[in-house]
Amino acid sequence: MEKGNKGVQLVGFWVSPFVHRVKWGMKLKGIEFEYIEEDMFNRSPLLSQINPVTGKVPVLVHDGNPLPESSIILEYLDEVWSHAPLFPIDAYQRAQARFWSKFADQKVLESAWLTVCSKDEIQEKAVKDAIGHLERVEEKLGGRRFFGGDTIGYLDLMMGFIAYMLPVWEEVAAVTILDALKFPNLAAWKSNFVDHPTINGDLPSKDEMLTFFQWQREVHLQRI
Amino acid sequence: MPVKVLDFWASPFGVRVRVALAEKGVSYESQEEDLFGGKSDLLLQSNPIYEKVPVLLHDDKPVLESSNIVYYIDETWPSPKLLPASSYDRSRARFWTDFIDKKVYDAGRNIWMGKGAEVEAAKDEFIDVLKKLEGALGNREYYGGDQFGFLDIIFVSLSCWFPTYEKYGGFKVEEETPKIAAWLKKCYKRETVAKSMPDSQKVIEFVGMMRKMHGIE
Repeated sequence: MEKGNKGVQLVGFWVSPFVHRVKWGMKLKGIEFEYIEEDMFNRSPLLSQINPVTGKVPVLVHDGNPLPESSIILEYLDEVWSHAPLFPIDAYQRAQARFWSKFADQKVLESAWLTVCSKDEIQEKAVKDAIGHLERVEEKLGGRRFFGGDTIGYLDLMMGFIAYMLPVWEEVAAVTILDALKFPNLAAWKSNFVDHPTINGDLPSKDEMLTFFQWQREVHLQRI
Repeated sequence: MPVKVLDFWASPFGVRVRVALAEKGVSYESQEEDLFGGKSDLLLQSNPIYEKVPVLLHDDKPVLESSNIVYYIDETWPSPKLLPASSYDRSRARFWTDFIDKKVYDAGRNIWMGKGAEVEAAKDEFIDVLKKLEGALGNREYYGGDQFGFLDIIFVSLSCWFPTYEKYGGFKVEEETPKIAAWLKKCYKRETVAKSMPDSQKVIEFVGMMRKMHGIE
């Protein structure tokens, strides 16, 4: 069957860590794509057309076919562009990677984000939860350079927000979650991740992230 | 290499693993966990973070989370293929698997755990989720197309709890989403599904007991 030639588009929002993962995944695999910025606070009809079920970014559009959800997109990239694989080859290692990527989003990211959106007792509990979850991740990582081993891979991309976004959230929320002394493995991995040539030139501006998340914190605290 | 499954008779997530292994013709040892009396050391060691079933142990190596387990089963025992042939269709199956995992069981749980007005709201949410899934089925025989496949396994497994939701929510799946009801009937005729599902009346009794435990009735 002939491949279509409508190319690859990625619909995203500049500060979304879910979008960043996919962008870096595509760059690591050398996939050419067109990036389309969607203002998530003023959504265009495009997003409800291509992702009617959840309305979220990122959405990959390949040959006119839309696909949402960052972890699913990354798996799709590996299947269609099989060189420079992001996933492990072995089925058991793949199962492990999927498990820990869900843990990254449902436990680490959720609790860390809650520290930004809350204060007092709720925030204190969120900090404790986030630290507890990170302890498990620290153990999982061990002394390896990357979660993928010697090379950056799927799980590094899924955990990536810990390296560059978590420090911003900690500053905005005025909390400490990833203390380098308590998490030596993760501290080393953070540097490996942000120094990686594909990631390094393509991180969102720290000042812009700080401004955005400070505003988000105000919005959420007003709702409480 | 031996295969062992840590399971609980009423677990819809356990059903997924049973069906998948049956579809592949893989023999395995099933260990029933007593989730209320005391979880086994093997379960606590295999799944220290969540302490949940099902767990698949392949040559003593644990695979956790039912969707993950079904992906693993499909990759490890290639025939017959459960996921669709094209990459795009596989990704859509993964998307709906993720949607089902995030929405169906929790929406159902809010029905039987809910009190007063919560139940009505939970019922509306559950029906909304079902309608989206009915849309995803379209006019096809199965979620897998012409053949029963991965997404059918992921979704049909949860239906053993539908009579429970219907009882406490005061609705009928057949009236709200007739295509899903028709698809379910088709799936239940399949031997691998029929022998893997718990008796739905026993599930209703089990949930009645849980409601008492939680002080709902």
